[in-house]
Amino acid sequence: MRDVAIIGVGMIPFGRRDEDTLVDMLAYASLKALDDAGVEAVDAVYVANMGGGILQHQTAVASALVDRLSLLPAAADLVENGPASGGSAIKNGVLAVASGYYDVVLVAGGEKMREVSGWRATDFVATLTHPEVEYPYGITLPGMAGMFTQLYMEKYGVTREMLVEISLKNQHMGALNPYAHVEMLITREGILDSPHAVVNNPPAATPLHLYDLCPVSDGAAAVILCPLERVKELSKNVPVIVAGFGQATDTHTLAERDDPTDLKAVTLAAQQAFERAKMKPEDISVAELHDAFTILEIAESEHVGFFKKGEGGKAVLEGKTRLGGQIPINMSGGLKARGHPVGATGVAQVVELTWQLRHELPKERQVKGAKAGFSINFGGFGNNVVAFVLKRGEK
Amino acid sequence: MPIYPSRYSWPMARITNYILKESCMAVDMELELMLRPPSLPMAPYPPKVITLANGKKMVVREAHREDVPTLLKSVHPTLFIHKDFYDVVGARLYSELLGMYTYRTANEFCLVGQIDGFLVGMVNSRMYSAKTGMSLHTLAIDRGLRVGAHLFAAKMEHHIEYLGQEEVLIVAESPIGFRRWMLEYGLEPTDIPHELGGALSYRLTRELYFETKPRLVVGDRPVPPELLEVAQREIIIASEAETREKIAGLKGR
Repeated sequence: MRDVAIIGVGMIPFGRRDEDTLVDMLAYASLKALDDAGVEAVDAVYVANMGGGILQHQTAVASALVDRLSLLPAAADLVENGPASGGSAIKNGVLAVASGYYDVVLVAGGEKMREVSGWRATDFVATLTHPEVEYPYGITLPGMAGMFTQLYMEKYGVTREMLVEISLKNQHMGALNPYAHVEMLITREGILDSPHAVVNNPPAATPLHLYDLCPVSDGAAAVILCPLERVKELSKNVPVIVAGFGQATDTHTLAERDDPTDLKAVTLAAQQAFERAKMKPEDISVAELHDAFTILEIAESEHVGFFKKGEGGKAVLEGKTRLGGQIPINMSGGLKARGHPVGATGVAQVVELTWQLRHELPKERQVKGAKAGFSINFGGFGNNVVAFVLKRGEK
Repeated sequence: MPIYPSRYSWPMARITNYILKESCMAVDMELELMLRPPSLPMAPYPPKVITLANGKKMVVREAHREDVPTLLKSVHPTLFIHKDFYDVVGARLYSELLGMYTYRTANEFCLVGQIDGFLVGMVNSRMYSAKTGMSLHTLAIDRGLRVGAHLFAAKMEHHIEYLGQEEVLIVAESPIGFRRWMLEYGLEPTDIPHELGGALSYRLTRELYFETKPRLVVGDRPVPPELLEVAQREIIIASEAETREKIAGLKGR
């Protein structure tokens, strides 16, 4: 197997992109990645998208993108793996290059969720739940997250203050990120301490409140992969090496898990990624975790080994996950502020880490001297998780 | 302080003087009085201040007739925003404010939300009768801060607590409104057609208002004088382009 490098990345600002179609967004991000890499042709295209068939009534999006970009006759595949579609698509691209079958691969992830109401978008995401024992009873992902949070609070002592601290941190970072959907600063007074916070930050899925949830967003992101051995020939960028990846699944229904607070797929995916990279959690300079709900940033930080169980929330309060802390997490603003166009998210995480490892971000978001990055793309409610370990290569 | 504290309490001579001289509207007062709807006495809305999620202080106060031209300028760009039903809300609100300005709407009031003097949203409504309020519109210009939710709550507060009404009839023109009002307040459906297009009204009763008040109605009184002075000095509005961007731009939530 060959080592695989990321030689180009691109992203478009997340938000409400009413004027753009799904394929428009994918094309814009892809063109940016192609320009960034300095390549004009690719062997294959993998597109991550969860909802085109449901929300846009459009299928075969990968074929449409290849044609839009005049990349014919590149091979094209659509990867639908729920909110982990982005991570899955990159994994498939990495395998294709590592195997030696393809040399230059474009992976693009995108989602257009804002053309439907928030209810319909929430219902669309809920189609990943079990169709017989969960969905018919009205469960949604925020509902699952609320129950998970309650259990996690009871078992590990996570407090509301810890969750609020994550909201503040991630919205602060989002306000510094021009690609973020939510660029609005919030204050602890406004969402917790003031008596007016009862309206500003109402319960959404108890004990989660409005500011514990990511927004519903439109957006797209893309990466260009190639064999490490061809980096110097193909691109002038500092390569970012896909040092390891992992993927694991868990039970479809939450009720079938021995301990619903144990995110086994997160642990397993992270272990695989670290083993393949021959690295440990303490080797990571910066991480992008899947904080669709604030509780997940804490839970994932513990399950992947950055902190012991029960320590992740305290670490947040102690500033260990802020810029300059022990392990800066979600310097992009995370899903919480950058937004969560589900098919784009896993790709956007890797784009952000690539910028971090190429040391290209402004200092208020750049982890100084970052050498290795880590991401968790969390599908379902932890029933399909993709992890990546990336490291800065030599120019 | 506003020049005219209550537009319906003016003596006839003053009204005549205003229309003929101050506003240069040469009209036949005899006919004008026949055209105007009858009015009910309306208690003023005491201003309050709300701390928003971003920590900024929003002053909520009653707008007066002389504020209407400024408000109309702010509403105007929304007529052309074809998303989230801003166009229909904007067009109707524009006409209602114009009706308030020209004395063609009975018992109407308008509350505005201001941060450092800047207009961030407005609501209007009217007394249909002494006992029943007719909620008209809610327009949030700065989005993502629950400005609309706070202003709608203030509107209900005015109807029930200060105007002393027993119920308010409400409809929503957008899914966002439906979620905010019908669901969050748990409003009662009725078969009463609403003034806004004849949709069947939902009802906020006095009892339901006080039941929901602890989780939906907030604000501090009195407003610190320095905040109130800034708000009353001038209603500062965003440009048309800025308003469109705030409401319908990429980051508009």
